[in-house]
Amino acid sequence: MIIDLIIVIAAALLMGVYVSWRAGRIDRLHVRVDMARAALDVTLLRRSSVALELATSGLLDPATSLLLAAAVHGTRPPGGYGGAGSPPMSGGGLGGVVPPETTQRPRDLAESDLTRALRAAFSQPDFRASLSGKEGADELLAEVEAAAHQVFLARKFYNDVVAATREARRRPLARVLRLPGRAAAPEFFEMDDSLVAEASGAPLGL
Amino acid sequence: MKIGITCPYSWDVPGGVQSHIRDLAEALIDVGHEVSVISPADDDTPLPPYVTGAGRAVPVPYNGSVARLSFGFLSVSRVRRWIKEGGFDVLHVHEPEIPSLSLLACWVASGPIVATFHTAIPRSRVLLVTYPVVRTGLEKINGRIAVSEAARNTLVEHIGGDAVVIPNGVATSRFRKAEPLPGWPGPGGAIGFLGRMDEPRKGLSVLLKAFETLGSERPGLRLLIAGRASDPEEVLERVPLELRDRVVLLGQINDEEKVRALHSVDVFCSPNTGGESFGIVTAEAMAAGVPIVASDIDAFRQVLRGGEAGELFVTGDPDDLARAAGRLLDDPGRRAALSAAALAAVADYDWSVVARSVYSVYETVVLGSTQVAVTASGDEFP
Repeated sequence: MIIDLIIVIAAALLMGVYVSWRAGRIDRLHVRVDMARAALDVTLLRRSSVALELATSGLLDPATSLLLAAAVHGTRPPGGYGGAGSPPMSGGGLGGVVPPETTQRPRDLAESDLTRALRAAFSQPDFRASLSGKEGADELLAEVEAAAHQVFLARKFYNDVVAATREARRRPLARVLRLPGRAAAPEFFEMDDSLVAEASGAPLGL
Repeated sequence: MKIGITCPYSWDVPGGVQSHIRDLAEALIDVGHEVSVISPADDDTPLPPYVTGAGRAVPVPYNGSVARLSFGFLSVSRVRRWIKEGGFDVLHVHEPEIPSLSLLACWVASGPIVATFHTAIPRSRVLLVTYPVVRTGLEKINGRIAVSEAARNTLVEHIGGDAVVIPNGVATSRFRKAEPLPGWPGPGGAIGFLGRMDEPRKGLSVLLKAFETLGSERPGLRLLIAGRASDPEEVLERVPLELRDRVVLLGQINDEEKVRALHSVDVFCSPNTGGESFGIVTAEAMAAGVPIVASDIDAFRQVLRGGEAGELFVTGDPDDLARAAGRLLDDPGRRAALSAAALAAVADYDWSVVARSVYSVYETVVLGSTQVAVTASGDEFP
């Protein structure tokens, strides 16, 4: 009789430990999502800023400059950086609140537009040759490429931890006991982030 | 006069700016000017003799949609060569605020430059941010033309300075003659409509309501509707079941089909409820010699000479439209008279007239100026 009771209590304790471990893991995953999101945000902002630097450097012809500047502008949050926060994603993730009447393009689409504008500039035949020898050109191009590559990496890491978090939240125990609490499920961030055109036929993949 | 015109958009894609440039260039050539147009175009596109291809346009995202534009240093060198070889007295750039050939031409050229602004841009922030980039080019422009008051307002508010408004012309000769579509207008008569079906201010719903009356009174009468619609089914559902087989939707049509469609109806209806600054479609119908019944908005009252060149009805009133259209359908004599009056009235809007106004802008900017040349800074560029 006593033995049975001990077994039940022990089982309950073990169960409690297990559940709290699972809850802790989900919590830690959400924290990691937040960190990865912040890192991705920084890389996107850095890419926008070097792209704008390239646009206003006077190295490019005005049409290419204007294309890049307009694409950078599209990635700005509505109301400026001190305003309502980052533009929302088309799926609703990675970003702040935006007034409903805004005509702002969703962030994933706007950032993809910037990628395509950069790709259009970089994929001109002899693009590099036309700029080599100009003051600061090589450094600036390298910086743009590095910033674009960092976006690629940061987005990959962010989506990895989002996938892990979503998987953990989907477990039956997590669902039944509502372990994630009120934290919303994180969204993947999908965008076109390759500066190199994949297929030869379509130079921009458009 | 030797005139160089730049087109920012690909010549092989139909568009308002391209048609404008084509009609303007041809009208200028007709009166003996030497005109050369440079435009992005695919290499295998057949081009009119006055158009120089500047290579294939690249599709890029711009302002939230994908545009086919020419940019980059290769385009720069093509534009520069075209200017050098052209020896133009005046350079006429279209849409220089778009990242394409016109902006590049402003950048590399010196001398008399005229610019035409076509668009009304609602998103001012973009211009605000990008303006420093385009300023050097835009500051060289000596004379500015806007095709509408709305385009002029955009210019005044976002870029500063002013522009003369010279509206688009109508290439009346293109509309004069055409074979009607097979089987049209038919013995029972036909009414035509052209325009976006799902844009409320185009007024299609007023016409559909009037057709309920007209169609039930006249058993053979048909309605021919051409224009873009996101959901054609929905348009048809607004017509009573028994009349539905007498309403024909053509969807979006090309320029040639448009002329044929205009010649396929006995009466053309412009039921717009507002927002029209000129009513190019109505003017085109006039050029085709179709009797017109139009709503009584300012733009139509003006182009139809207060009702002399077309029947006006109370804007937004389907009953008045049904009465006016019915009167015309019943009276071939009145139709012939209106057709003749419309043809006479639309001559004021012909491209030959518009080209004269544009030419007077050219004359003003070339006063005391030298030929168009390539600037030193443009020369330095590879």
